[in-house]
Amino acid sequence: MTAISDRTAATKSTASDSTDKPVTKPRPGALAASGRPTVRPPAAAHLTDEQVAELGRELDAIKDEILAKRGASDAAYIRRVIKIQRALEIAGRATLLVSRNKAAWVTGTSLLSLAKILENMEIGHNILHGQWDWMRDPDIHSTTWEWDFVTPARSWQHTHNDLHHRWTNVVGKDNDVGYNLLRMDEDQPWTPRALGNPLYNAILAPIFEWGIAVYDLELVEYQEGKKSKEAMVRDLKALGVKALKQFTKDYAATPAVAMLTGSGKQALFGTLTANAVRNVWAHAVIFCGHFPEGTDTFTEEMVEGETRGDWYVRQMIGSANISGSKFMHIMTGNLSHQIEHHLFPDLPSNRYGEVAPKVQEICRRYGLPYTTGPLLKQVGSSWAKVFKLALPGKKA
Amino acid sequence: MIRLRKLARAASVLTTPLAPEDILALFDPVFSARQLRGVVTKVVPETPDSATIHFRPGRGWKAHKAGQWARIGVELDGVRHWRSYSLSAPAGEDPAITVSDMGAVSGVLVRNTRPGDVLFLAPPQGDFVLPEHPRPLLMLTAGSGITPVMSMVRTLVPHRPDADVVLIHSARRPEDSIFREELSELADQFPNFRVTHWFTGERGRMDFGSAAGLDSLCPDWRRRAAYACGPEGFLDDAEALWAAEAAAHPKNSKSARAEGATGPFAADPVNLIIERFNTSLLAGAGHDGGLVTFEASDREVEADGDTPLLDVGEDAGVLMPSGCRMGICHSCLLPLRAGQVRDLRTGEVHGDPGQLIQTCVSAAAGPVNLDI
Repeated sequence: MTAISDRTAATKSTASDSTDKPVTKPRPGALAASGRPTVRPPAAAHLTDEQVAELGRELDAIKDEILAKRGASDAAYIRRVIKIQRALEIAGRATLLVSRNKAAWVTGTSLLSLAKILENMEIGHNILHGQWDWMRDPDIHSTTWEWDFVTPARSWQHTHNDLHHRWTNVVGKDNDVGYNLLRMDEDQPWTPRALGNPLYNAILAPIFEWGIAVYDLELVEYQEGKKSKEAMVRDLKALGVKALKQFTKDYAATPAVAMLTGSGKQALFGTLTANAVRNVWAHAVIFCGHFPEGTDTFTEEMVEGETRGDWYVRQMIGSANISGSKFMHIMTGNLSHQIEHHLFPDLPSNRYGEVAPKVQEICRRYGLPYTTGPLLKQVGSSWAKVFKLALPGKKA
Repeated sequence: MIRLRKLARAASVLTTPLAPEDILALFDPVFSARQLRGVVTKVVPETPDSATIHFRPGRGWKAHKAGQWARIGVELDGVRHWRSYSLSAPAGEDPAITVSDMGAVSGVLVRNTRPGDVLFLAPPQGDFVLPEHPRPLLMLTAGSGITPVMSMVRTLVPHRPDADVVLIHSARRPEDSIFREELSELADQFPNFRVTHWFTGERGRMDFGSAAGLDSLCPDWRRRAAYACGPEGFLDDAEALWAAEAAAHPKNSKSARAEGATGPFAADPVNLIIERFNTSLLAGAGHDGGLVTFEASDREVEADGDTPLLDVGEDAGVLMPSGCRMGICHSCLLPLRAGQVRDLRTGEVHGDPGQLIQTCVSAAAGPVNLDI
């Protein structure tokens, strides 16, 4: 993990190399309160440096307000969600054990799908972000949590929390722009391979967890020599162990127990379906985060000299929300509040809803886009991009 | 037990990535795969501001010796805080802690604990325990310092007719004196146990300045193995008295032992066993920075109050875990062993032993020990 930061440190301090250590290390955490990036993104080009700094202060204040309120009710919330999820999980799996009965199959598969979605989205993703670390509960903590998803939590935390959230939508730095598989931005050079965009995406959706597991191995970094062989072997081992456990649970152990009632085949089909349902759902929600019409991507010059306010601006104009009911928000793990999540990745997810109107108001006041829309519209919009960028074309 | 563990391992095939305990916790909160827990079974008020909390510990707890203490985790507004409390129940019985309301955490424990609540636990520990072989004992306690000694008295007095225990307990007023009635009953019932209550509200502080004070309360105190537990000043006084007595009657250990067979012992500091409730050994303040100790790496560095601990560690050659370096990804968390840190984002100074610290946005506020 340190390799990444060392690399940026090295490129920036080559001038004052060797003998004396650089006096100040370039730390993204020490983003300047004032100043300006080499290039400000077009959507924010109308803002003065002082306006951007003020916007940063306003968003800091919103965060402080939530931190002051955070407490027992939030702790009770996540514990309740975890309890409900575990109850759904055992109910679903138990029902699948007698799934020779068609009603039992439908019930069991639905409950298990629901449980898996909750587990990955509202629970796993958010705990692994450290949103609940403040409780100091080792049972609900970013350093101890493991999720019901093929990729090991630690690998995912590196590519997601560290790389994606830091370099959100910076083409060439944030590999989440297309996951090394799809062409999702005009700035990514077109090759004939891109013609397969829609096909790749359609195949990816139902096996999304396996796609993410491979993505988290950082094969490209390894080929380019940026990831050591040691690290590669370690990650492969971790993935192997995790994948075996996940596979055994859903596709061997559960059907094996179900065979006692003659429901083995049905149970296997049930767990396969539940995983596929969760995969398709997670894929859809996640693609709504940064790909719908209206979200911006950025060049590396735009993050050179980025201030705290500019960092916030990039998170807001590079992300998109999904509008909908409270139930929908929970089922998306509150990633429907993608903009707020990217501004404050470690605030508890149950608080994003109350932050959203304030963020939207700030965007309106500063003349920045705040992209949001119902689920189907946003899914359609990101699929439109998948199709459009399959073909060569100039930046619109 | 072994069969249980095998069963649990078999069940985990179906529950992975959760442990079977995580599922069992739906039915009984004492179950946890990572954190020892106890369920409160009974809460008994002792004085207006103290209470005894009995609990049923989960698997992994080991039976306590009389006089030991345990770390107890309590949640305050959703955040877990750990404090150490002496166990007041006799050895061999279900554990109980007796807590006096002296701060935010103990206050919540005394006032808000109800049967059925979950306590987070660490196994009992401590060397303030009864001697291996029977000896005449003197217990000196003040205030809530009675709690570990109560466990000793309850363990020893009713079950060992050969025990010889003198307890001198100091409290402000009779109504503040924890266990007063039970102690009097035990003293009435068992001739091998003598108790003296000293109420500072009436008689002022117990005087350890010279041997005379103690001579009048327990003439043969010099030949007893002494246990003392109470506030800092009380213990310092006792230590000073034992040391002064030893200096006044110098003799080598050999002759002391030889004389011991016939005549009285001289007070010997070795015979005084003390239990301190030590707090904030490493308290620091504000922007001062301090000495940062990376315990497992065996490195010490002076750090200022504005440099993130992550940078301090890396500059010292410690293999620090790190990620975004801006306080969002939580890749850099390390357990704090001692001391306090300042959050560079908010300026808040915080730190409890065992708490995980975001080193990329935390600086030393006084001396800091990190578990790496």
